[in-house]
Amino acid sequence: MKNPESWGRYPKATHSIRRLNWRTDPLPKSEGESILPFGLGRSYGDSCLNDGGELLLTRALDHILAFDMERGLIRCEAGTSLEEILQVIVPRGWFLPTTPGTKFVTIGGAIANDIHGKNHHRAGTFGCHVTQFELLRSDGERLACSPTQNPSWFAATIGGLGLTGLITWAEIQLRRISNAMIEVESLKFANLDEFFAISSKSDEQFEHTVAWVDCLAAGASLGRGIFLRGNHAGPPNQDLQLHRPSRLHVPIEFPDFALNHFTIQAFNTLYYAWAGSAVSRKTVHYDPFFYPLDSLNDWNRIYGRRGFFQYQFVVPFSSDQRAIREIFARIAASGQGSFLAVLKTFGTRQSPGMLSFPRPGVTLALDFPNQGRGTLDLFAELDRIILAAGGRIYPAKDARMSARTFQECYPCWQDFRQYIDPSFSSSFWRRVSSPD
Amino acid sequence: MKNVLIIGATSAIAQALARQLAGTGVSLTLWGRSREKVEIVAADLRARHEAKVFLEAFDFTDFTQHAGALDRTIATAGEMDVAIVCHGSLGDQAACQADFAVTEQELLTNCRSALSFLTLLANRFDAQGRGTLVVISSVAGDRGRQSNYVYGTAKAALNTFTQGLRNRLYSRGVNVLTIKPGFVDTPMTAHLKKGFLFASPERVARDIVKAIENRKCVIYTPWFWRWIMLLIRLIPESLFRRLKL
Repeated sequence: MKNPESWGRYPKATHSIRRLNWRTDPLPKSEGESILPFGLGRSYGDSCLNDGGELLLTRALDHILAFDMERGLIRCEAGTSLEEILQVIVPRGWFLPTTPGTKFVTIGGAIANDIHGKNHHRAGTFGCHVTQFELLRSDGERLACSPTQNPSWFAATIGGLGLTGLITWAEIQLRRISNAMIEVESLKFANLDEFFAISSKSDEQFEHTVAWVDCLAAGASLGRGIFLRGNHAGPPNQDLQLHRPSRLHVPIEFPDFALNHFTIQAFNTLYYAWAGSAVSRKTVHYDPFFYPLDSLNDWNRIYGRRGFFQYQFVVPFSSDQRAIREIFARIAASGQGSFLAVLKTFGTRQSPGMLSFPRPGVTLALDFPNQGRGTLDLFAELDRIILAAGGRIYPAKDARMSARTFQECYPCWQDFRQYIDPSFSSSFWRRVSSPD
Repeated sequence: MKNVLIIGATSAIAQALARQLAGTGVSLTLWGRSREKVEIVAADLRARHEAKVFLEAFDFTDFTQHAGALDRTIATAGEMDVAIVCHGSLGDQAACQADFAVTEQELLTNCRSALSFLTLLANRFDAQGRGTLVVISSVAGDRGRQSNYVYGTAKAALNTFTQGLRNRLYSRGVNVLTIKPGFVDTPMTAHLKKGFLFASPERVARDIVKAIENRKCVIYTPWFWRWIMLLIRLIPESLFRRLKL
């Protein structure tokens, strides 16, 4: 195992490493060091890091306990990846209840970050579909958790950033599919008003909706982009073909200057132009629809040695969407920002998770190459706009928000603290729970 | 290949093997020391592949149980087409040097228990006049080195034993296959620093399945170990003794 790092490759951290091989094994005795479970390291910032402490690798916990093919219930160990689960469920006519933009996350990570996907407006978060799990505490106690059994531990652990103990296994309610295909429509929109118009109509008719936005376009084109919406294809097609493994790798770490204002702007302009006609329809396999970046392993290396930030927030709906406009204007003016700005509306289905990120409103996620001070200053500015609008920032993507910002975003953090296992900690948690 | 016995089924290589084989529709019998762990592995294979899986759990160092386990297995699962001996431990060389009781324990786990299984299986396959007997040995058996010669001794004995069996059973239509993996990233090597020479258990399992199908005698996995070990074996002993290996 290489030295574990987070997906954004920032910040750097040093750990002692242990691995857990069986879910029936006790947690290793920590010698004064705090521990943190580590799965596939797809959290972007430092929520999966424990600098100076111990990481407990969970990938060997990849056994499936049971799969009820009639009811679509799968019970598996927490280190099992979504990719591995798809291999089991798709050929039998089931799909994940919701999925993030990569299939290379573990079940434990999906619960700990209470992840969401393109169907949040219908399905809510991943935690909404977790029927039960086992939580192993450092004192050896094993808590069976469900909405009715130990419900407060259930709530604290969903979105609990791996701090409440080790999830050893979990049971997930799956979604029926008749085939592996998605019927997709893509629509160009010229600005933010058009986005909101398309989005509110699409959310009623489409299970999956998301938009790519050119965050460097300014003025009249502010917020232009491409809207993607799709539904699982219905019968008569019964082809439950699985995704193929991807073999493409980024062979080298790109130099830090490879991604700059000009290369990104050129990419965005071309991408928008190449989308061609205003509306296009096609039927595609779930793999390119949900996981376009999974076809390129280690894509995070294109951001170079200094790594990158992802910034994701949600702000509640408002009549004039002022906060979103202001944020787009700031990003465009700063000249920073990235290929991959993703805009989506969250629905009203509430997660059981106490510290869960999604709430009704508009969410935007963007990558920023790490350009040091300038990037951090921009984020601080954006934080202020988001807090003023009553929004919040996503811990799974964060490497830099201040303790005060976090505490304002998640007022229940004080209440959450009682559920943290005394032997568990993370770089993220030490950062955001410290007094400012 | 329809009916496969895996001895030491909770090891990482064995689990990777079992998953690959279960996907091809064979029925599997898993032997392990810990019932709890073997059941975890068996449940996983059933859920992933709807595979037919039987299991036995017993102490491998208790030779008196070996014959009974094999009889029960054949009674429930039928005659075996392939039997794979996977169990083992990577002992602590320093502890072995300091105390012969530890050395003896290592030889019991990595060699003597395997020889007992192989004796029973060889006679069974001899009688049925077909089958493939697979033993997971190690590159460590190719030459004694100061860093792990006790483990190496156990594996060298296994190599010689299987060589003899191969010779004995060839005319009976039974193939004996010796697997020599290099470094594999498993719980057994968790304490070692990982380098580019480390292979995944899945990779090793793929090589083993291929070697079974092609009725090979001895394979190194990954393939480059054949050449590394050739070089290591070629070094004259008078020079080798000076090396820190």
